[in-house]
Amino acid sequence: MNIGIVVAVALVLIVVGSIVFHFMSPWWWTPIASNWGYIDDTIIVTFWVTGVVFVAVVFFMAYCAYRYSYQKGRRSEYKPEDTKLEWWLTGLTTLGVAIMLTPGLFVWNQFVTVPEGASEFEVIGQQWQWSFRYPGEDGVLGTTDVRNISDENPFGLNPDDPNGQDDILIEDSEARLPIGQPVKVLMRSIDVLHDFYVPELRAKMDMVPGMVTYIWFIPTRTGTFDILCFELCGVGHYIMRGKLVVEEESAYRAWLGEQPTFAEYLAEARSGSGGGSTLVMNEKISLE
Amino acid sequence: MATVAPAEAEALPPAEVEDVELYHSKSWVTKYVFSQDAKVIAVQYSVTAGAIGLVALVLSWLMRLQLGFPDLFAFIDPTDYYQFITMHGMIMVIYLLTALFLGGFGNYLIPLMVGARDMVFPYLNMLSYWIYLAAVLLLLASWFVPGGPTGAGWTLYPPQAILSGTPGSDSGIIIMLVSLALFIIGFTMGGLNYVVTVLQARTRGMTLMRMPLTVWGIFTATVLALLAFPALFVGAVMMTLDSLLGTSFFMPSIVEFGEYLEYGGGSPILFQHLFWFFGHPEVYIVALPAFGIVSDLLSVHARRHIFGYRMMVWAIVIIGALSFVVWAHHMYVSGMNPWFGFFFATTTLIIAVPTALKVYNWTLTLWKANIQFTLPMLFAIGFIVTFVNGGITGLFLGNVVVDVPLSDTMFVVAHFHMVMGVAPLLVIFGAIYHWYPLITGRMLHEGMGRFHFWVTFVGAYIIFFPIHYLGFLGVPRRYYEMGETSFIPASADTLNAFVTVAALIVGFAQLVFLYNMIRSASSGKIAEHNPWRAVSLEWQTPEMPPAHGNWGPELPVVYRWAYAYGVPGAAEDFVAQDAPPTLAAASGDDDRQEPSPQPAE
Repeated sequence: MNIGIVVAVALVLIVVGSIVFHFMSPWWWTPIASNWGYIDDTIIVTFWVTGVVFVAVVFFMAYCAYRYSYQKGRRSEYKPEDTKLEWWLTGLTTLGVAIMLTPGLFVWNQFVTVPEGASEFEVIGQQWQWSFRYPGEDGVLGTTDVRNISDENPFGLNPDDPNGQDDILIEDSEARLPIGQPVKVLMRSIDVLHDFYVPELRAKMDMVPGMVTYIWFIPTRTGTFDILCFELCGVGHYIMRGKLVVEEESAYRAWLGEQPTFAEYLAEARSGSGGGSTLVMNEKISLE
Repeated sequence: MATVAPAEAEALPPAEVEDVELYHSKSWVTKYVFSQDAKVIAVQYSVTAGAIGLVALVLSWLMRLQLGFPDLFAFIDPTDYYQFITMHGMIMVIYLLTALFLGGFGNYLIPLMVGARDMVFPYLNMLSYWIYLAAVLLLLASWFVPGGPTGAGWTLYPPQAILSGTPGSDSGIIIMLVSLALFIIGFTMGGLNYVVTVLQARTRGMTLMRMPLTVWGIFTATVLALLAFPALFVGAVMMTLDSLLGTSFFMPSIVEFGEYLEYGGGSPILFQHLFWFFGHPEVYIVALPAFGIVSDLLSVHARRHIFGYRMMVWAIVIIGALSFVVWAHHMYVSGMNPWFGFFFATTTLIIAVPTALKVYNWTLTLWKANIQFTLPMLFAIGFIVTFVNGGITGLFLGNVVVDVPLSDTMFVVAHFHMVMGVAPLLVIFGAIYHWYPLITGRMLHEGMGRFHFWVTFVGAYIIFFPIHYLGFLGVPRRYYEMGETSFIPASADTLNAFVTVAALIVGFAQLVFLYNMIRSASSGKIAEHNPWRAVSLEWQTPEMPPAHGNWGPELPVVYRWAYAYGVPGAAEDFVAQDAPPTLAAASGDDDRQEPSPQPAE
């Protein structure tokens, strides 16, 4: 059989197979649980633009393989350049790029602009666990410094900062958020790079020691979601998991009321009954 | 116009540089071991890169075993796994692809394609290889030190790279950094050589705009590498100082496992900027030679000139320049100032335009051609498919907001393997099938080659295409095992097992290729002179394989561009670059039939 035809058929099969796979694949986005549906929309636009190009290019090659397979004595066309064609292709490609980039930049602008009135909530990463801090009654998170970290003060809060006294500290890797309210997540790491990601939220950001990073979103669906670390942080990277529970405001308030504040933490530690935090006293996790 | 009337031919400029007297080796050792002949050095580079590449191949199998069957292979623990992924990535990107394209193909092809007798600094060229070899051996040595090689990921991000939670943080990371520094030193010697050779040692008539795109690709990539590698070099030096002397270039105040570390004030993100200022051009250091080589493979075997030569040259140069202003698209979610996202998303998507033009011109080269489906042609077609596929997923990741959910997922893994792993490797395979007869005087076995092509091309595609969809799902990369999650269905495990089996099969096909290369060197079919009937100079040497000094007593004189295929009226369907115009004119290669925008003065 003519190998040109074999190649042409193989190329067509690759395109058709890819398209069929795309529509039949059981592996696709998790159902979204935040306001970042815009991101999914931008991806759909990108899929269409790039998909058309992929199909067109490979089909064109398949046609050439079929049509221009070697024949003894035939000469190929001698036409080194076609300026008009090349400018057309440049123009169309630029247009396609603009169609993808423009919505992308608009959505990015939303992504980095935190709306007024978003409540703050802090995520702290360390090898290989999550902990969380809520601002408490005053709505303001107290200042922190890695140098304040001790058994009594695992979050490194500034003990003299009045804003920090009512901060609520969560050490057991499960955070809760109320549905429908914009939240600004402030992120901090005390050792290496980590990355806070809940696939259903679509928003992620690295956590960098020495600085505070942020994302914002509005939870739009109640449920319990996995938190995973998405930046390689050492040998225990893959076991660094947590839970995010999104629930109705009332349930959230009730839960929050049961959690210890920083002031209570300090008091408990000073009385000697609590034995300090489990966080800092953790030995290196043995993985074997 | 390029050529033609004998009077014009005589008006060729005199040689600007006198023919050099080469070093002539007197013993076997100086001829084949400490050789100063670029062709021997090229083979040394290629064999070394191939050998270390086999190590990376085995590592990929081990990784896939763990991912496909997480409970089956108890001997792979998390420490091993992270060391495997790190070493696999670093070997493939630096020690295999960079070394093979520039040290291997660059050394062999540049002097031959521009009509030089050798590189301009042969002794430096020899040193370049031996330092590269030292870097490779040092890298391998890290398996034999306490703690083993580093498991920091090939990106080596501090602080974790030098802290105790990461495998190999005691000495593996230092060895890695020193090995990289050595590699860069060795590369710089070779790289200066390639650049100066292209600029200074071209033979008479070989104008820049007559050079084969292979030379343009390797030349531009080398310039990029000379500008980009220093960023990695200083990054490596600074991290070594942080680790050994306790400086804090990349280290802020840190409490690790409840212990204060004596660091403060440094910035982990600074390292990422240095790394990616190197790392993104590095993508093109690998891609541009592949672009150039594949252009030549397509043209020769389609029996047609490359379409839009001048556009192709300018696209290479523009892509090379733009590659220096896109690096932070690897850092959209790194915590850098988020406003950078606007700039880097825009530059990144702009680079898609010249890249897409190259793709169009490759396919237009096949249009109205007379395509011979030789092995190099098959691999070139495979390259276009995988490169387009990997290129368009780059548009997802480059568009800042789309990158947010996809970064650090398996989508990224699938993307860069398709575009920077499979695609350039297909070019390398095609190039080996193409130039093997020139280097050894023998042809590779066609049947084994066909087997190798179909298994590798189709296999690699069905390995990496579905992995994108795991990324959409939210499966993270660099996970030793997924464990329990609420969002990953059991079918993902089945897919992982399938991918592992496919990877082992594709890996096996590479062993067939290896066997083919070894076997054909002694018992392959003897190649006739210029077996592909190619235009470019490397096939026009008096002897094949080319002897020491490449050319006979006289250097060749070039009369036309490297793509004179299907010239109307010519006796054959190609006219060699150095065929005298009188001869060519006699066979019909006259003025009118030169391409009107002929890319030469």
